[in-house]
Amino acid sequence: MATELKMPALSPTMEEGTLAKWLVKAGDTVRSGDILAEIETDKATMEFEAVDEGTVGEILIAEGTDNVKVGTVIATIVSEGESAAPKAALAPAPSAVAQPAPVAAPQAAAPVLAPAATSDLSEETQRLTVREALRDAMAEEMRADPRVFVMGEEVAEYQGAYKVTQGLLDEFGAKRVIDTPITEYGFAGIGTGAAMGGLRPIVEFMTFNFAMQAIDHIINSAAKTNYMSGGQMRCPIVFRGPNGAASRVGAQHSQNYAPWYASVPGLVVIAPYDAADAKGLLKAAIRSQDPVVFLENELVYGRSFDVPLGEHIVPIGKARTMRPGKDVTIVSYSIGVGLALEAAEALAGEGIDAEVIDLRTLRPLDKGAVLESLSRTNRLVIVEEGWPSCSIASEIMAIAMEDGFDYLDAPVARVTNVDVPLPYANNLEKLALVTTASVIEAVRKVCYRA
Amino acid sequence: MLFIGVVPILPRIEEGFHLAKAATKKAPTEQLAKPAEPKRHAATREELLRLYREMLLIRRFEEKAGQLYGLGLIGGFCHLYIGQEAVAAGIQTALTDKDSVITGYRDHGHMLLCGIDPKLVMAELTGREAGISRGKGGSMHMFSVEHKFYGGHGIVGAQVPLGAGLAFAHKYNEDGGICVAYFGDGAANQGQVYEAFNMAALWKLPIIFVVENNRYAMGTAVDRSSAETHFWRRGEAFRIPGMVCNGMDVLEVRGAAQAAVDFVRAGNGPVVFEAQTYRYRGHSMSDPAKYRSREEVQQVREKSDPIEGLKHDLETAGITEEELKAIDKEIRSIVNEAADFAETSPEPDPSELYTDVLVERY
Repeated sequence: MATELKMPALSPTMEEGTLAKWLVKAGDTVRSGDILAEIETDKATMEFEAVDEGTVGEILIAEGTDNVKVGTVIATIVSEGESAAPKAALAPAPSAVAQPAPVAAPQAAAPVLAPAATSDLSEETQRLTVREALRDAMAEEMRADPRVFVMGEEVAEYQGAYKVTQGLLDEFGAKRVIDTPITEYGFAGIGTGAAMGGLRPIVEFMTFNFAMQAIDHIINSAAKTNYMSGGQMRCPIVFRGPNGAASRVGAQHSQNYAPWYASVPGLVVIAPYDAADAKGLLKAAIRSQDPVVFLENELVYGRSFDVPLGEHIVPIGKARTMRPGKDVTIVSYSIGVGLALEAAEALAGEGIDAEVIDLRTLRPLDKGAVLESLSRTNRLVIVEEGWPSCSIASEIMAIAMEDGFDYLDAPVARVTNVDVPLPYANNLEKLALVTTASVIEAVRKVCYRA
Repeated sequence: MLFIGVVPILPRIEEGFHLAKAATKKAPTEQLAKPAEPKRHAATREELLRLYREMLLIRRFEEKAGQLYGLGLIGGFCHLYIGQEAVAAGIQTALTDKDSVITGYRDHGHMLLCGIDPKLVMAELTGREAGISRGKGGSMHMFSVEHKFYGGHGIVGAQVPLGAGLAFAHKYNEDGGICVAYFGDGAANQGQVYEAFNMAALWKLPIIFVVENNRYAMGTAVDRSSAETHFWRRGEAFRIPGMVCNGMDVLEVRGAAQAAVDFVRAGNGPVVFEAQTYRYRGHSMSDPAKYRSREEVQQVREKSDPIEGLKHDLETAGITEEELKAIDKEIRSIVNEAADFAETSPEPDPSELYTDVLVERY
């Protein structure tokens, strides 16, 4: 009996890919290290390698096939002397990773955007992934302003660790798209110094987990400069990269830093959800004269949304009504907005009309939008993919207490990750992260429908 | 059984490829460009007078700051530059107005030599509205974009990558400027310094890394804190040439600085420049001074003082005692005027508490 070769996941978040090329055919003998096939996703092209000996049995998916789901059997291999033994049950990591795609995956079809209160999307639109929208924002600003440059690990020749900077090196050259060594503290300092010297740096962190090494420059050097200099020395810089939990990467690679940065006066902190905001807010961030921490989310990079054609700038500091409603306000940001919208959809079926507010900017926080919504719905739930203590959710709850107490018909609820370092095991990770079901449950509770 | 792994696509390795050869793509270190052999600066009369005047300005300014601190007019931390004057004077006079300067918290001297009004510096020390940072920065956090002085940084070593960033901007803008980043022997042990060295060398940034080795990181003597106390050698691992000079002799500093400036401005990349110096006062104003003897300080003052040391050269150049006394008098009046200004200026308006947090309104 043959071993099944399954479409591998090239990254924890990959769901499907293109089987670009077979380098072997049926009957070929393969040895450990032989390249069997080339596989492409929108993020990367990888070789698929044999790790042991055997003979190629059957090619089941032809080369050039797009959208091959992770875990699909693409070929069979007959191992020497083992032809009868069914080994599939012992299939290692890649296929195991592939099956139960966590939080964001299966329902990832972009939620249809409700007409926004700010009528962001009245113009003609195009469909873009968040990744493409971010890239377009940088490219447009780099075309418009020669002072803008991008630096970070793998941003140039590698085309971006998450392909957000894809194509920028080709268009703008090595002077403006700069690969750095793995040296976050150092290049965050160099970027900050360059901003003090009059340039407009975009510093990419491969993830914000690594920015912990650089947080001194973000806070002590960048955020405080304008104040400490009595307003004469500016530091217009954007620190950007993915933030929050990705998928199965464990505690050191999965953390939401939004509350950390949002607590610091002197910083602007932005955490967009969809592609239109990702583009419009990143452009605004690059143009801002203040230092901006721009928090993206790896699990959202590949999701597609409508983005207005042409120049699209979103003002910093303004929340957005993603879905109007009258019974309860659900406030969230970044990936949590997707969960809030799903929950709102489901709750509509139960007769609960939920309003969903995307904060978009976390500092300065649009208190007015939260309170205005609360004044109409009188119930508030905050959804945050992050820890509960000292969180953005805590802050919104404080605002509700201080300025919205009279509006409240029920205690405010927060739906967050569990208060533990993020575990690796698939089941534990799912238990630790915020889910649509927990949002629904919290909303029922504040509506006294539990 | 058969196991499948995923590896990234690599460029196909050419025939005859050897890892050992691949590792030697960089030029042999002995072929690296080096700054010219430095010479003690043969100063003109005017240059000598300027150097004397600038060192004296720092000395008298810092003495006055020490007095005001003692009177309770200056708060918090206050790090005086007394004893180290020749370093800033020798280097700053080798720069042009295209160049940028950045340093740590012992910054008053560098600011004065960047041409910043002593009144504005002193008023910042006393926390007044008229201070260079409008009273919001204090001794350790002062800046003047106009004079290309970029701080004034309170975090030990932070000014080194920030300085590399300023150098990056010079190179990016092709404005012909270079950056001088000053830091101490203590900061030289911070990891970020070496991160900055690596990128500065990799990208050939126009920067002079000046290690002001005053022999003590707060209260810890260099021998107790540093495995390699030849700080000029600290760039070798990054292929950065090193220079060392007697930081108590302003003409030696000036000569070495010229060689460093010429080398860096010519596009050769960075230099690590060690100036061996000494601070007479404590690390900050609150320093028990138990880590060195009074005799040690006294000996340096008597034998190596940078201002006294220049007197011989001044004499040789035919500069008279009267001329020096006139300078002395002028400096004292500048410093007294600065102190009066700093004492009498009003504190910031309470509304200033909320200004300058962000530049824009959102």
